[in-house]
Order: sequence, then C-alpha cells, then structure tokens
Amino acid sequence: MLKKVETSPLLSVRNLRIEFPTRRGTLVAVDDISFDIAPGEILGVVGESGAGKSLTGAAIIGLLEPPGRIAQGEITLEGQRIDNLPYEEIRRIRGRRIGAIFQDPLTSLNPLYSVSRQLVETIQTHLPLNDKEARARALELLDEVGIPGAGERIDHYPHQFSGGMRQRVVIALALCAEPRLIIADEPTTALDVSIQAQIITLLKRLCHDHGTAVMLVTHDMGVIAEAADRVAVMYSGRIAEIGPVQEVVRAAKHPYTHGLMGSIPHIGHHVDQLTQIEGSMPRLQEIPPGCPFNPRCEEATDRCRVERPNLQSVNATEVACHLFDKAGA
Amino acid sequence: MVDRQGSTVHDLSLKDKFVDLILRARDSDIWYSFTRSPTTMIAALVTAIIMLSALFAPWVAPHNPFDLATIDLMDASMPPAWMAEGDSRFLLGTDDQGRGILSTIIFGARISLGVGLASVVFALILGVGLGLLSGYVGGTTDAVIMRIADIQLSFPAILLALLVDGVARGLLPRDTHDELAIYVLVFSIGISGWVQYARTVRGSTLVEKNKEYVQAARVIGRPAVLIMLRHVLPNVMGPVLVIATIHLALAIITEATLSFLGVGVSPTEPSLGTLINVGQDYLFSGEWWITVFPGAVLAILVLAVNLLGDWLRDALNPRLR
Amino acid sequence: MNNGTNTEAPLLSVDGLVRYFDVSAPLLNRLIERLDRSFVKAVDGISFDIGRGETFSLVGESGCGKSTVARLIVGLYQPTAGSIEYEGVEIGPRSAAADRKRMQPHMQMIFQDPYASLNPRWRVVDIIAEPIRVRRLLSNKHEILARVGELLSQVGLSPADGERYPHEFSGGQRQRISIARALAGEPEFLVCDEPTSALDVSVQAQILNLMKELQDRLGLTYLFISHDLAVVYHVSTKVGVMYLGRLVEWAETQTLFENPRHPYTRMLLDAIPDLEMSGRQRIPVAGEVPSPINPPSGCAFHPRCPHAEDRCRAEAPLAQNYDGVYVACHGVAEGRIT
Repeated sequence: MLKKVETSPLLSVRNLRIEFPTRRGTLVAVDDISFDIAPGEILGVVGESGAGKSLTGAAIIGLLEPPGRIAQGEITLEGQRIDNLPYEEIRRIRGRRIGAIFQDPLTSLNPLYSVSRQLVETIQTHLPLNDKEARARALELLDEVGIPGAGERIDHYPHQFSGGMRQRVVIALALCAEPRLIIADEPTTALDVSIQAQIITLLKRLCHDHGTAVMLVTHDMGVIAEAADRVAVMYSGRIAEIGPVQEVVRAAKHPYTHGLMGSIPHIGHHVDQLTQIEGSMPRLQEIPPGCPFNPRCEEATDRCRVERPNLQSVNATEVACHLFDKAGA
Repeated sequence: MVDRQGSTVHDLSLKDKFVDLILRARDSDIWYSFTRSPTTMIAALVTAIIMLSALFAPWVAPHNPFDLATIDLMDASMPPAWMAEGDSRFLLGTDDQGRGILSTIIFGARISLGVGLASVVFALILGVGLGLLSGYVGGTTDAVIMRIADIQLSFPAILLALLVDGVARGLLPRDTHDELAIYVLVFSIGISGWVQYARTVRGSTLVEKNKEYVQAARVIGRPAVLIMLRHVLPNVMGPVLVIATIHLALAIITEATLSFLGVGVSPTEPSLGTLINVGQDYLFSGEWWITVFPGAVLAILVLAVNLLGDWLRDALNPRLR
Repeated sequence: MNNGTNTEAPLLSVDGLVRYFDVSAPLLNRLIERLDRSFVKAVDGISFDIGRGETFSLVGESGCGKSTVARLIVGLYQPTAGSIEYEGVEIGPRSAAADRKRMQPHMQMIFQDPYASLNPRWRVVDIIAEPIRVRRLLSNKHEILARVGELLSQVGLSPADGERYPHEFSGGQRQRISIARALAGEPEFLVCDEPTSALDVSVQAQILNLMKELQDRLGLTYLFISHDLAVVYHVSTKVGVMYLGRLVEWAETQTLFENPRHPYTRMLLDAIPDLEMSGRQRIPVAGEVPSPINPPSGCAFHPRCPHAEDRCRAEAPLAQNYDGVYVACHGVAEGRIT
C-alpha cells in the first residue's frame, strides 16, 4: 500500500489561505496549508465540521462560494497554476481534468434530464465523440460503476434511482472525461452503511483502474482508513498531521489526532468511557493565537499559546506540534 | 442558589431584558442591513414623520380644521403660501370653506393611518389565528378554513369591502351607520386581507410543526394550544411582519379608494381619500391644491411603507442575503 | 450496568407493535384513477422488553422504522395495533387516558438534530424549565432557577449559560441542553433518537460519556436509536436489528456482535469500515433496502440474502428464541445458517 512517489505531484497546494470577509472582520477559514497529491494517490482529508476541509476542496475546483476567496497561496495541477485562472478556463478544467463528487447526489444531477443525456452532454463537452460513440461510452461507464441493467436504466431520470445508485451515476459523471484528479466531498455521508461500503470499494477500484488520484474529504475516519493512501488531519483551518494512513491511524502523533482516534468507539474492545477531548473546536472568530488546539490540549505549554507550530517530519508523517520539536532537531 | 461552579442562573429584571433587547437589536443583521440601505432609511424617516404628525395632529397642525370657531370663510380657496395670492398662515392653501389644506391633510392622515393600522391588526389576528389552527390541527379543520380562503380569494378585495359596506348600510339605521362607519370600514378592509396571513402562517406552521422542538414540547406534555402559542407562533411571525407592512400600504390605498368612492368614512371627518374626492370637484376651477396635496401625501406615504416592506422582506429572507 | 440477568418484570414491554402510514392519493384521484389505498408499513409487528437500567438499542438502515418505534413509545405517533406496557400499565392505543397521562411523564426524549430540537426564540433557562413548569415539579421561581442551574452543571455547562439563546452554542453544547431539558422532567426512561449522529466524533464521545455517566448516577433506562453499529456496541446492553419495519435479530450486545446469526446482521457488521486495517477483504453485499410501501414477499430481506430459498420468498419468518438470542430467519431455524 505504501507507494513511494518518484514522479512530480499531480496537484500541489502551497500556502493556501481562504478568507471570508464579514462585517465583523475577516475570518480565516483555511490558514496557510500546503500538501501534494501524487498521480493515482488517494489523499484523505479528515476533520470536524468547520475545519476547512470542504473549502479546500472547493478552492481547488474553483467553486469557492463568495464572499469566500483565496487570499494567498498557489494551487498547481500538473505544473499549471489554476487558482488564478479566469472563470471560463477553470470551468474547462473542472470536469475535464478534475472531477467532483458531492455529498448529496441529488444536487449534482439535473432532475429534468435523463441520465443518458447528462452523461452524453458531459462526455461531448470534453471529448470529441459523436452522439453514438458518446452514448456507447456512457453505457460503458454505467456498467463500470455497477448499475445493473445499464442498458435499460440509462434513459431513466435521476429520481428513478435510489440514493446509492444515484451516487454511482455521479461517479460515472465524474469519470466521464477521464480526469486525473477527483475531489470527493463526503461522498458516502448521505448513504446507509451497507451502501457506503459498496461506494467506497467502487471508488477505490475505479481510481486504481484508471490511475485517477482522489482527494477524499470526509469526517469519517473509518472511510479514510478503508480507502486512503495518505491522510491529512485538519483542525481550525490548518493541517495538524499528514502522513501515510496506517501511520496516522495506528500511531497518531498530534494530540488532536490521538484524541480523535480514541474518541471513536470500536467494536470488539469494550471500554467504559471513550477518550474525550474536552471542549469543542473554536469558531472561526475565536481561534486562539499559537497552536489552535492549545486550549483543549492536555500537553499544552506556554509556547503553544503564543507560537504557531509548523509541520515537521517525524518518521513518515509530518506533524504540526511543538511536542516534536526536539525529536525533529 | 449557588452551585458548584460558583455562578447562578438569575432571572433578568424587566430593565435588563430591555437593555438586552436593545443590545441584541443593535448587533442584529436586520439593523446592519438597515444602516446599509439609504433608501430604507429615508423611507423610514418619511413614514415616521407622517405617522408622528398624524398621531400628534392637534399639536402639530397649525389649525384645527374641525373647530368651526377657527374657520373663517374669508380665508376660503386661497392658493399655497408661495403663490401671489397666498397667505403665510396657510402653507398649502385652503379649501372652499377656509380650512388649511396642511391641517386637513395632517388630520386626514390620522384617519387614514388609523383605519389602515386597525384593519391590518384585525386581518393579522384573524389570519394568523386561523392559519396556525389550520396548519397545526390539520385534517378537516384545515380543509374547511382553506376552502373558505379559496372562495374569498375569488372576490376582489374592493368588491368584498363594498359588499360589506353595502350590507352594513342596509342593516343599520343611518345615524348608527355614520357613527359606526369607521368600524365597518376597518372590518371590510380587514376581512379581505386575512387570507394572505392565514396561508403564509399555515405554510410555516406545517414546517415548524415537524421540527423537533415542537415534538419535544409534545413529549413534555404541553397542551396543543400552548404549543401553538408559545412555540410555533413566535417562529412563524417573521414573514407575517413583512406581509403586515406591505398590507398596511394596501389598506391605506383601499381606505382611500373606498372614501373616494364615497362609501368610506363620513365627510365630516375626512381621510386622505375623502380629501382627494372632495378636492377633485375643484380641479377644473383651478384650485388644484385642494386635491393634489392630499394625493401627493398619500402617494408618498404608500411608497415609503412599501419600500420598508420590501426591505424587511429582503432582510428577513436569508436566501436573498 | 447489569448484564441483563435480572428476572424482575421489564420496565417497558412492547408487543406486536404496528404502525402504518397512509400514503394514498387524495380521495378524488383515487376515485377517478381507480387507485387503491396504499400504506407505508413503517413498523410491522415488533416485540421486545427493556429491563430497568438497561440500554436497549435499535439499529438499522434509514427507513427501517427505528425512529418510528421511538416516537410510538413516547406517544408522538399512535400505534395502528399492538400494545406498549410501561411498568405493567398499558399505555398503547387501547389504554385509558388516565394511565397514559400518569405514565407519560416517566419518559422523555432526546432528538437527533441539535439545531432543530431547541426553540430558537427561547432562552436556555426557559427551555430547560419547561418540563418543570408543565409538570409543576417546582412552583417557586427561585427554586426553578436553582434547579435549572443544577441541571446545567450536571450536563457540563455553566449555570450562567442559562441566559443565552440556543444559537450561541455549538452542536455538542446544544445536545447537552437537550439532555438537561429531558432530565428536568425527572424521567426514568429516556428515548434517544440518534442523539449523536449529527455531531463530530470528538463531540460524540463527550455526549456518549455524559449519557453513560448520567445513567449510572440517576439509574436511567435508555432506548437508543442509531445507525452506527460501533456506537451501539459501545452504549448498549441489548441490541435489536431492524429491517423494513421488523426486528430480525435481538440479543445481548456481546452475543450479537460476537456471533451474529441473521444474514442481515452479518452484512451490517461486515459493512463497517475497518479502522484496524487488518487488510480484511470485505465482500460488500449487493442491493439496497426495498421500498416499505411494497416490501418483498416472505422474508423482506430475501432479495439481498445469499441464503434465500423458496420458503424465504413465500413465508415470513417468525422470531424464535435460541438461548436468549431471538432470530427471525428460516435459514437459522432450519440449521442452514450457523
């Protein structure tokens, strides 16, 4: 599972900062984060609601909702800078080179058009195929995402599909133009557990077969453990820890990740009380100086309250925590 | 009362509550959007000026047009003060009986606004009550109330008001009718407006009814009437305020229309509509000010109230924000 | 927590509980288009007992009827058929109004959505005081305020928070307020409908810990509704698995998780993402939950079941007791599934 990446990264995010100007001051939702995604790699991005994980995904595909804006940083896809492109160009990249899968499959599909029409249209937008070829391609895709009887169902409308089947259609739609990268924002959250497993397995297999990289945004550590190669743990708009998924799940270094892992109930080990991180993630307007986790951290020192820790390598992972300063030196 | 964390829950005194309310209002999005919209601020100012002068008419108006002792026929039909034959005592001129137009407008606005507000309140109470009942109880009650609303909507408001007025005139002796004219007017304008409140409130009630806080109150064992009044009602009032503001403008216009048609308030206590009606007879004899000024005030008042309503609708609708 | 070995009478006993929802087209359309009435069989014959001090969990996928069961028990819905007994007193559809009224206050409910379950226009102190005022547990204003302060500290908030409004709190804090409100009525039995599924995991842990602590301290009995098997494993003493309005298997928690019998239970357990990363190869079960308006004949699970036979397609299995494990499956009864 440990793929060592020798090639240059497919996607590279450098010092990304996303701000929301409001009348009570500017809120920093994503604060100076950097990461890479290698070709064919699945990067999990995990965090609590409001940690900035979905915004990061939205910024990459240029779907940041105003008044949110990229205040600083660079996003490069295959060496091309994409964060400052005009709308028309980012729109062309979206779908062709970056696909997107969202939480609610209903919002990604147009209820007025049949599935075949939406697929064919998307295919023809990005690939030079005639109607017949595009339809054949659409059929092939539906077959590939595991829709039984694709031949009959291709002309159905979205509401005629169940939740799980719709998400499969959305995945087919995202794969249409053979993108190099897919941003999947909570793709399984709205689904039942049994369906969730089907979708994760499918996503993993397809990306492997097509060599597509995925940025998998979710709050569910289980999904990450199941699907991702590497994981970035976000807290208050910053990356607390990033590294190979086994390393992070089995031997979390950052106190936040550590607490997070302990707070997940496990089938099989009965504990009377779950590990508990006191308090809650600060609101955007109340992020403390220094390490944003310091008020909830049992090991916080004075330094954590003033100086912001930067990511540093510890074994195979990178951790933003002052506890590891000596270890890194 | 002190517990282990050392602080207590205390009940706020009335003064604290008031201060709290002011502070929350100042911090609210509504106030913010108000200060960001000059049009709205002007509209609010105009509305406030007209409303306050109407409220304090006996002190604000230069003359009391209903006090026969102060009226002098010698002052009749004077043009506004800035014209050649004008008199500085009568800024907007006088009518054929020597009453100052400005004063009659101020007193007329009093009647217009009074009738308008009263009929809005009447329609609001009736509509909100029926809508709440309809949405919360559902079933046959809902079906009956909503069918009545449907039937009523097929009559134009003016027609309904004329109908009510006609019936009242037929039933009541003439003296009594003149005395009660204003109440009949309030009733007839109000009754034609409740449907909109009822429909809106019914819709929001259907949404609120299924929210978990209402279910929680049911599990706690609150009687349905109290759940409706204490839980649902405060949460469905937002859109009602918007409708009420816009309805106020409409009610003022309707009152003016009815008075203009001569079925409104008695001519001895003229509203803006009556003034326009009376004045139009003089339009062709050159005494344009008798009808133009009340008309302008009516138009400005309705426009200002409408602008306020539009702003309120936008400010309260989070989707447009 | 006891291990369910108590022989005393159950606190709550549900027998043959049924609830159908009428989803027929309006009368006029039915007459003109010659449609039949149609019903959603949300709960279709469910029986279980909950002993005092236990936590009984109902798990299942969306649409299996678990939330409907919760609402039937607290009286938000009226059952179509069946009986609900609380402390041996019938409070179901055939109960005397006085009995219902007498027993109802012993139960309270905690809801899923912390944003919708508190009236946004009320101050927290009024929200929590509502059950006290409705039940007239205290009448003196100062006593009520003091009690609210006590409740707030009990759920880990500060009494000073009482003066604030719900929107000033985070999801986890709101859920604490919900719990405080439920406790204000001094219940013995709490129905918790997915109380943590809208919360982040770290906050979920806080709430689950708090609920456990309160159970130990106040001797509460819980009916816990959830779709998350790991959470259910953590909190419950007994678990019932629901599928399309029926209980397919129920047993002591350890037994059910160590030795699931019903094919559906096995499928659910298999579908949980593997945090251990043991490299276990999962076989995701095909298919999705069918519509409860037109459930499959026989055993509702047969279209997705790898062990289905003709009998499963024709005849609905009844639950049978296998040493305290109740399973409704022909395969298990016939010894085909072990």
